[in-house]
Amino acid sequence: MTILKILFRNAFHNKLRSGLTILGIAVAILAFGLLRTVISSWYAGVEAASTSRLVTRNAISIIFTLPLSYNEKIRQHEGVKMVSYGNWFGGIYIDEKNFFPNFCVEPRTYLEIYPEFVLGPAEKKAFLADRKGFVAGRKLAAKYGWKIGDTVTLKGTIYPGNWDFVLRGIYKGRDDTTDETQFYFHWDYLNETIKKASAQRADQVGFYMIAVTRPDLAADVALAVDKTFKNSLAETLTETEKAFNQGFIAMSGAIVTAIQMVSFVVIIIIMAVVANTMAMTTRERIGDYAIMKTLGFGGRDITVLIFGESLVITLTGCFTGMILTFPAAAAFGQALATFFPVFIVSPETLYLDVLAALLIGCLAAVIPTRQAIRIGIADGLRRIG
Amino acid sequence: MERGSKSPNDKQNIVEIRNLYKSYHRGSLVVPVLYDITFDIAAGEFLALMGPSGSGKTTLLNLLAGIDKADKGSIRVGDMDITTLSETELAHWRANHVGFIFQFYNLIPVLKAIENVELPLHLTSLSKRERREHSETALRMVGLEHRMDHYPKELSGGEQQRVAIARAIVTDPTILVADEPTGDLDRVSAEEILAMMERLNAEMGKTIIMVTHDPRAAQHAKILRHLEKGYLNDTLKGAHDDSQNPL
Ligand SMILES: Nc1ncnc2c1ncn2[C@@H]1O[C@H](COP(=O)(O)OP(=O)(O)O)[C@@H](O)[C@H]1O
Ligand SMILES: [Mg+2]
Repeated sequence: MTILKILFRNAFHNKLRSGLTILGIAVAILAFGLLRTVISSWYAGVEAASTSRLVTRNAISIIFTLPLSYNEKIRQHEGVKMVSYGNWFGGIYIDEKNFFPNFCVEPRTYLEIYPEFVLGPAEKKAFLADRKGFVAGRKLAAKYGWKIGDTVTLKGTIYPGNWDFVLRGIYKGRDDTTDETQFYFHWDYLNETIKKASAQRADQVGFYMIAVTRPDLAADVALAVDKTFKNSLAETLTETEKAFNQGFIAMSGAIVTAIQMVSFVVIIIIMAVVANTMAMTTRERIGDYAIMKTLGFGGRDITVLIFGESLVITLTGCFTGMILTFPAAAAFGQALATFFPVFIVSPETLYLDVLAALLIGCLAAVIPTRQAIRIGIADGLRRIG
Repeated sequence: MERGSKSPNDKQNIVEIRNLYKSYHRGSLVVPVLYDITFDIAAGEFLALMGPSGSGKTTLLNLLAGIDKADKGSIRVGDMDITTLSETELAHWRANHVGFIFQFYNLIPVLKAIENVELPLHLTSLSKRERREHSETALRMVGLEHRMDHYPKELSGGEQQRVAIARAIVTDPTILVADEPTGDLDRVSAEEILAMMERLNAEMGKTIIMVTHDPRAAQHAKILRHLEKGYLNDTLKGAHDDSQNPL
């Protein structure tokens, strides 16, 4: 009991030093938490991807297309529940810095294959009825202040010209991890416009999305589809949506690795700072520990005192940092909503925070404890005065 | 304080030191500090150990209080030869048999006066209430019951040393050891502390071993021993006998 009292009071005895150390830990934990959240948001698309959906694209590269005629052939495969298709549009809204994903899809099948995009029945009907209609995610519509019925113009990059669309629906994500920043419109609208300009470029599809009847059939279906188009003019590559999304992320893998490393460097730096604080503190208290040993307290009591003090300081800093992470992540997520459609502090990040703090607290206490225990009482007492 | 039954005129020896040697190692250099020390302390004695700085007074006191290890020789305190005890046994023995008073008071800065006094009682089997009662009694004996809830830094040097005395006597130890207890105090506070130690010795029969290099402090003791360069000199007050000194 007294040992606990002493260690708690020791932890906050030198208010300036403890305060600064706690602040340092809090900031480090905050930085660590935000960096981890950036990484997990990066992978959010992969995590949210369904295992019962496949994506088929041109085997050579994502930038080459596939004929629309494949649609029927894919649909006839055993285990295929539904097929949809779309093209990456890559339009720019007013300015290039306003980035958000936009593409055209076959709307009826797309909405069924992607039940996580929740659209009201009236809005769904309106969207399907309007060839120039589009649907936007809740976050995207909120960011640009779009309301149902508004006309939005995108400047085409792959398909030149100014394209007008009318907002017919705003979807909500079914899960926390659902991307709410997408923009999709009718594939027919794009195709018919292209057809007028050049008939050869028409009836081309960027990717097919396949819903399978059972997730365990996904691998077989993928193989069968690719086999069908083997040795044809446009060979296909079919993979699970997860793998498909991962392929996108792999391009930025080096950046993710760098962020990951920085997040651990932050922890190592703060570990050194806390270790230094504890070494200083323990040196000052060598006399206190000597007197306690003189009175008959043992090495175990001294260990509890030093580890306890170190852990009280690091955990106080850690919890402060964790609490700060939530508003910081909210602000961060809002500012970068279109880059990180899902920016949520995950439970894993919080566990890692606590784990890091425990590690810091214990490691910082090891050497001071060893010194405090090893020093003879007589020598410890001579250090006083 | 229930066990404080040793009467001041009990002539039985409470400490018996035989052929004690101690040296320190500084790197490869061996620095001898005590040579062949043999002496006894009677129960209820108030002994002052004098000698110039560096003569080994603190070392001798630490040895007989069980916070340092001798190279050779035996130290019997009460009915225990403490040179045979292990580190852990020694810690246990100190908690039960020795009260410590130091030059710089050595109170725990984050504990209030009463909590400092109570600290050694946490190693006993006393209940929370008993601990509190004993500590209050000890503080009352040093006249500081009104300073109970003060932290050390809120007390004067003399008051801090009185708290330290209360902490030293609260476990009712066999011997009280004091290393330069007035070394950091002004004259008036020093006299107060010495008077208090005299009273503990006279009224409660406490055996006290006090190290000092201040002759005025030594006046308060009943017996004087001199230590010079590691040798124990004659028992006469102020006696010097350099013939025993080989250096
Ligand atoms: N830990 C130690 N290591 C080496 N020498 C020491 C150590 N402690 C004390 N000494 C030496 O032992 C001698 C006696 O010291 P001490 O017992 O403190 O003397 P006093 O208390 O009489 O001033 C001194 O010369 C001192 O320098
Ligand atoms: Mg000394």
